[in-house]
Amino acid sequence: MRGSKMVGCAIVVALAATACGGGSGDGDSEGKGKSGGGFSMNVAEPKRLIPQSTTESGGSQVLSGLFTPLVDFDAKNEPVLAAAESIESPDNKVWTIKLKDATWHDGKPVTAKDYVGAWNWGAYGPNAADGNYFFGTIQGYDEMNPVDPDGEEGPKKAAEPKAKELSGLKVIDDKTFEVTLKAPFAGYKSVLGYTVFYPMPEAALSDLKTYEEAPIGQGPFQMDGKWNHDKFVKVKAYKDYKLGDKPKVDSVEFRIFQDQNTAYNDLLANNLDIVDQIPTEVMGTAPSELGDRFKTSQASTFQFVAFPTYDKKYSDPRVRKAISMAIDRDEIIKVVFQDSQSSARSFVSPVVGGYREDTCGEACKFDPAAAKKLLAEAGGIDGNKINIGHNADGGHEQWINATCDQLKKNLGLDCVSQAVPKFAELLTQVENKKFSGMFRMGWIMDYPSMENYLGPLYSTGGSSNYYGYSNKEFDKLLQDGREAKTEEEAIVKWQAAEDILAKDMPVIPLRFGKNVFGHSTNVKNVEMNLFNQVELTKVEKS
Amino acid sequence: MGRYVARRLLQMLPVIIGTTFLVFALVTAMGGDPVQNLYGERPVPESIRVALTAQYHLDDPLPIRYGYYLAGLVQGDFGTSLSGSRPISEMIADAWPETLRIAGIAFVFETIIGVAAGVMAGMRRGKFLDNLVLLSTLTVIAIPIFVLGQVSQIFLGVKAGIFPVSGTNEGFVSYLLPGLVLGSVSLAYIARLARASVAENLRMDYVRTAKAKGLSPSRITGIHVLRNSLIPVVTYLGADLGTLMGGAIVTERIFNIPGVGYNLFKAIQIEDGPALVGFVTLLVIVYVVMALIVDLLYAVLDPRIRYA
Repeated sequence: MRGSKMVGCAIVVALAATACGGGSGDGDSEGKGKSGGGFSMNVAEPKRLIPQSTTESGGSQVLSGLFTPLVDFDAKNEPVLAAAESIESPDNKVWTIKLKDATWHDGKPVTAKDYVGAWNWGAYGPNAADGNYFFGTIQGYDEMNPVDPDGEEGPKKAAEPKAKELSGLKVIDDKTFEVTLKAPFAGYKSVLGYTVFYPMPEAALSDLKTYEEAPIGQGPFQMDGKWNHDKFVKVKAYKDYKLGDKPKVDSVEFRIFQDQNTAYNDLLANNLDIVDQIPTEVMGTAPSELGDRFKTSQASTFQFVAFPTYDKKYSDPRVRKAISMAIDRDEIIKVVFQDSQSSARSFVSPVVGGYREDTCGEACKFDPAAAKKLLAEAGGIDGNKINIGHNADGGHEQWINATCDQLKKNLGLDCVSQAVPKFAELLTQVENKKFSGMFRMGWIMDYPSMENYLGPLYSTGGSSNYYGYSNKEFDKLLQDGREAKTEEEAIVKWQAAEDILAKDMPVIPLRFGKNVFGHSTNVKNVEMNLFNQVELTKVEKS
Repeated sequence: MGRYVARRLLQMLPVIIGTTFLVFALVTAMGGDPVQNLYGERPVPESIRVALTAQYHLDDPLPIRYGYYLAGLVQGDFGTSLSGSRPISEMIADAWPETLRIAGIAFVFETIIGVAAGVMAGMRRGKFLDNLVLLSTLTVIAIPIFVLGQVSQIFLGVKAGIFPVSGTNEGFVSYLLPGLVLGSVSLAYIARLARASVAENLRMDYVRTAKAKGLSPSRITGIHVLRNSLIPVVTYLGADLGTLMGGAIVTERIFNIPGVGYNLFKAIQIEDGPALVGFVTLLVIVYVVMALIVDLLYAVLDPRIRYA
């Protein structure tokens, strides 16, 4: 009999767990968009909610509601002052930033110290902030980020940083601070629009763990409760907001989704108000299902295929051009991407100042006959065989295969797509020169400037120049542009640099991205900006 | 019996150590670069790599890293997730009740409907009802769970609007559809298992004896046949509760339920070793405890089974 008692207990426990589970769910259905003056949108679970450590899309979207950047961008993607009263520099090296009057969500005034403190935290190596490298242009960065003396493979630990604060940051008074860069940079104003340059209140730095659960900002929205991990982040309009347009809704619920398809289904059922990315799987049916609620806008992404410079096979620019000319970009975009991207024939995106159409010229024009001829002139390709690497987790298989098919057809080459499980692995293999073949790459802009495309991707030792392209003339022009007195002068230099790329063809430009998004019948005026973010203050209830 | 339970619980220790080490070793053997994975398509700044490597002991050989992990575990510290900065114990505490809810619904659903359908089919072998159960369970078994999940989400959620499409916002109702989907395949197995078992037991000598003694048919099936037929079903159900927890990977992803499966998927995707090991440890404990409960249940169903 003792046994049967235990069984009874087990069943009671199991049922109780279920029952209490059902009851204690987050029962309120607020934020569904139907009741109250709020709307909901999907985000990915933020990695962190600390401005200096948030570079991924989900966290940036949430923080874009809680904070106001120093500068915002207008319709032409030119920087306009937002939280800053003025940003000035006589020599493009020492920048004086004056702040507008503003208060934190807890009512305390925002001071220059809040900026300096937050930036110093972000720049300090051991804090391992994701946005750390953005502070690399400021004086004193190197002292805070010593290099491991014997490389990352070695046993010795990196030296303790010599400094805890950037020597290039100085508080002038309550509302003013000064930034000294390592080298003059005319376009620095644009850089300041990025998430990592938000301030943090002084109290945050002493207890980041608590702060992160409910960040206090100075933006149009303030936290409503805590970050409910993997479920939602709720924010409500901040009444005393003075730094820009007030939100047109009372609240926003960022619902955390792991799968875009699920978010899309929720949108179809009108349970979710905005989906910031329509999944490729439903791209064919979405326009008819959503009607005029299916939207596209320009985005900053740039997709290309890179040549490994260490591989002799591709060292002749004529070979690289021939391959580029044999690819019909438009057809791939139409068939594989359902026109959700546009073809790229330049090395910088149309969203930045200084963009010119077709800078790649002949080399990006689809001309199979000329391509074949050019390849023959260059003496063909070693072994008549090429491969294109890609990360299997990124959904690239389809377009790479289509590209390969075109190369097979148009150049008579044997082309295979080579999958590596993760992008990280692909990059490691390329870095160690262990990967033979071309490989796909992508770039998302950090700040709207030609320099943000040219610098990291093609300069010698550039942070994302995995293919090791190096051209002294290009580097010189890029640097001249950075140090130019005005933005216009800079653009002239950068355009000259871009022309060198067209000659060298270190990569094949393929596609520029678009935001493809949709919304429910509960909202209107939904717009997305270049940083793939929904403009929260513009959304209205319909 | 107390000693038996204590011994079984002690046996859990080597199992937990063994499995966690195995998962730990496997994650290491995947050979990826977790720091780069966290950064996605961006290059990792040198100083960040140094800081993270030190924080997670990524430079140390496997046994030492495992040692750090075990030392933490003994103190109740599951470590910190690589993605973000949350303590894994906190993640488990959040995720576990979510999975328990859908697994609980699935469990109750599959037990009640599955056993009932199975017993009825078994009693009417070869008749219409039997064929219906056989055919419908076969269909359910044949359809992969992600198809079942997505189709039911689109038809019952989006088109018909009977259930919430996803998420946990509407309390009990939110967990209903994912629970039913999760339990459906097990339900089919249970029904078939119960059917076979009942059909077999009905032909046993003791049933004939009972009939000869003039016992009522309901007493024969209700007490004698059912009790004996349930042993394989209970065995299956015990193991199944563990499977439900881990098998929720697909269902939780489709219905956006932030439970154990959801977290496991995320951890695998970014090679978040610490989180993966933490959640697997949880699943191991569930399996071992369920196996124990099943063993204890045998004695109830069949008094001839005794424990030393």
